[in-house]
Amino acid sequence: MKENAVQFLFKYGAIILLIAIILYFSSISDAFFSYGNFSDILRSISIVTLLALGVTFTLVVDGFDLSVGSTMSLSTVVTASLMVWYDMPLWLVLLLPLLIGVAVGLVNSFLITVIGIPDLLATLSMMYIVAGLHRTYTEGYSIYNNMPLTSGGTAPGQLSEAFLWIGQGQMLGLPVPVWIMVIMVLAAYVILNHTRWGRILYMTGGNAEAATLSGVNVKRVKTSAYIISGVFASMAGILFTARVGSGQIDAGAPLLMEAVAAVFVGYSVLGAGKPNALGTFFGAAVIGILLNGLTIQNLPYYAFDIIKGAVLVAALAVTYVYANNKFSKS
Amino acid sequence: MAQLLDMQAIGKRFGHVTALENGQLTLSKGEVHALLGVNGAGKSTMIKILSGVYGQDSGEIRLNGEIISLRSPKQAKAHGIYCVYQEVDTAIVADLTVAENILMDSFASAGSFLLSKQKINKQAKEALAKLQSEEISVTRKAGTLTLAEKQLVLIARALVHSAKLIIFDEPTAPLSLTESDKLFSVIRKLSSEGVGCVFISHRLPEVFEISDRITVMREGKWVNTFVTAESDSGQIIEAMLGEALSHELEHQTHATGENLLDVRGLSDGGKLKDISLSVKAGEIVGIVGLVGAGKTELAKALFGAANSVSGSVEIAGKQTRIKHPEDAIRAGMALIPEERRKEGLFVHETLRANASFPNLRKFSTKLFMNKTAENKFAEDIIDKLKIKTGDTETPLVHLSGGNQQKVAIGKWMSLDSLLYLFDEPTKGVDIGAKVDIFKLIRELAGSGKGCLYFSSEIHEAIGISDRILVMCDGQIVKELSRQEATQERILFYASGGKEEHIKTEKLNERERSPVSV
Repeated sequence: MKENAVQFLFKYGAIILLIAIILYFSSISDAFFSYGNFSDILRSISIVTLLALGVTFTLVVDGFDLSVGSTMSLSTVVTASLMVWYDMPLWLVLLLPLLIGVAVGLVNSFLITVIGIPDLLATLSMMYIVAGLHRTYTEGYSIYNNMPLTSGGTAPGQLSEAFLWIGQGQMLGLPVPVWIMVIMVLAAYVILNHTRWGRILYMTGGNAEAATLSGVNVKRVKTSAYIISGVFASMAGILFTARVGSGQIDAGAPLLMEAVAAVFVGYSVLGAGKPNALGTFFGAAVIGILLNGLTIQNLPYYAFDIIKGAVLVAALAVTYVYANNKFSKS
Repeated sequence: MAQLLDMQAIGKRFGHVTALENGQLTLSKGEVHALLGVNGAGKSTMIKILSGVYGQDSGEIRLNGEIISLRSPKQAKAHGIYCVYQEVDTAIVADLTVAENILMDSFASAGSFLLSKQKINKQAKEALAKLQSEEISVTRKAGTLTLAEKQLVLIARALVHSAKLIIFDEPTAPLSLTESDKLFSVIRKLSSEGVGCVFISHRLPEVFEISDRITVMREGKWVNTFVTAESDSGQIIEAMLGEALSHELEHQTHATGENLLDVRGLSDGGKLKDISLSVKAGEIVGIVGLVGAGKTELAKALFGAANSVSGSVEIAGKQTRIKHPEDAIRAGMALIPEERRKEGLFVHETLRANASFPNLRKFSTKLFMNKTAENKFAEDIIDKLKIKTGDTETPLVHLSGGNQQKVAIGKWMSLDSLLYLFDEPTKGVDIGAKVDIFKLIRELAGSGKGCLYFSSEIHEAIGISDRILVMCDGQIVKELSRQEATQERILFYASGGKEEHIKTEKLNERERSPVSV
């Protein structure tokens, strides 16, 4: 009986929670249950979802990337600076930040697979280093159109309209960031669940030693996961710049824990029991809807972390209680 | 003799697995009672229940006629039941002195807060003297002792608490012949003082040498109890194995072909020293050694899963460099590793995903996985290897050890490898599965594959191998043909083989019962 209850909660708990939240907020606020508000919610979670997809890939290989927040911050200011300071063409503005993401991923995996620092500690260190890099790069200032330069004069460039469309435009009735998010979630889902590479990622995470003895080059696989994570963080940074219209410093730092929470909520969606792309999206949605509803209820923003933390604890509790139950018998 | 212990109808389940269905064991004061059975027969569960590690689900334990309940090792010790485990290192604290180790339980439990070093040393010395082992200095750090000395320390620990019953769980497995003889004289002394001894061993000749009675278990059930003096090894072996496996262990000859594997001067800069060996097509080569002889290291070195391996490897006549298991698999090798749950399988994944993993390319079109093909292959190996499972989507944690092992072997079948490395493939596997695994290995050899069979179960290696290489301390010390190989010969070389002059007589005597299980 107790076992069944746990199993049921694990499988459907997150979905029931989501429905309950939606029902509750709908019942107390007219503004909540509307197309406009839901499209707002989806847009607000698009950046966190991208970040969380990266974390998902690293968790799949039994790693953990804590540096995604900082990587996003770096990408945010670099994207803005390429346009504002250097007046570069759009394709370079989009490409260079992604290469930065690849570079961070490579350094992370070098520390982890070659030097042998545990994932959590290696990426924690990188979190500080990259955060420091991005502040040093901008000398502590945010980057905006025609900003005054420390070397005198004003910046030559501006964020172009085409670029801003990525973050602020509409397409087929939905904001562009939502389309980007949907495409990326589906891509991640297909890769993780239906390709050979996805299978190798999951098996490596499940048992690295057995994977090695089955002929998998575990170091290479882990490296690929960290590169993907860096690229997703960079994408989140580009999107953030386009959304806000300037290169804010420290943009990614507050989003790290939200992304991590989203991934862990995702563990328990439909009983997956492991990191998965759709679950991650779902987790981001739960958190997004909760925060949106509470905003409508006038909960002060400084109390939000309590809610995010509580959601993370609840998700972890369900996941671990279930895992202990399921596998302790043998 | 007065009855000391009486265990009747003991049952124990772990989740869905029945480990023990009808365990029985009786023991008189001063008796040495051997408990025999192949791996998975339920011996360890029996002694873990007796030593309080597990509580039984059903059945009674009587000590001196009174029903007792043993719910923790502490309770068992309070009743005077002590256990000398095979893995002595788990019971020894390496940083403490010999004396502190011997008296550990007395200061782990209540008692005076302050410890008098002199008193401890004196008590420890007395205990060791009873075991005729005064040569072990009580002030040495226990970590510096040999395995045999550590065992003596554990026995001494039992003695200082006036143990009534001592369980010896495969104490001789890591010991040389001289060390074993020493241990036997200690056991005889204990029994002459009225201590009941339960003795577990895989080596039948020893059992006949030391025990008064023998209880045989199979598949969690009591089979029979024999009076040692009135029984012979044939009876015992059949009781242990049942008919099916006894038959499977009779050697069957088959044709062999060209050399498939040629290894020259392989070393790994650590354990392995200058190893040369060869395997022919259709040949099963047994590599036998005691625990810690370097068998697993050799299997991993051959498979590219070890660092800094030097030496030359030829596969099917072609010089091959193997730096990573990836290379080994490409060259046509397959490894079934010893620690299957840790190294061979993804226990939380489905049978299907496990089966297809080493050869994903075969089960995918372009980049995408083809689940239909995967399922078909999984069903094939379920049929072929008689794997007992719900379906192809069952996570492997829900399968028994033997069925897991079959998956660990079956997953290589899609690659059609040339050379199979089996590292202790029968460890923790029930008899039915064992028979199936032997059949499978024979089939592979029959179809022209080469097999390397790494094992410390000497009798099984003798049964299945065409040729046996004996390993000791990281080297191959002896090659024996199928005809030359006997249990005692192998054991002799495996435990160092330097006792030739002193031991020849003893060896001859033991060779009268050459098989051991």
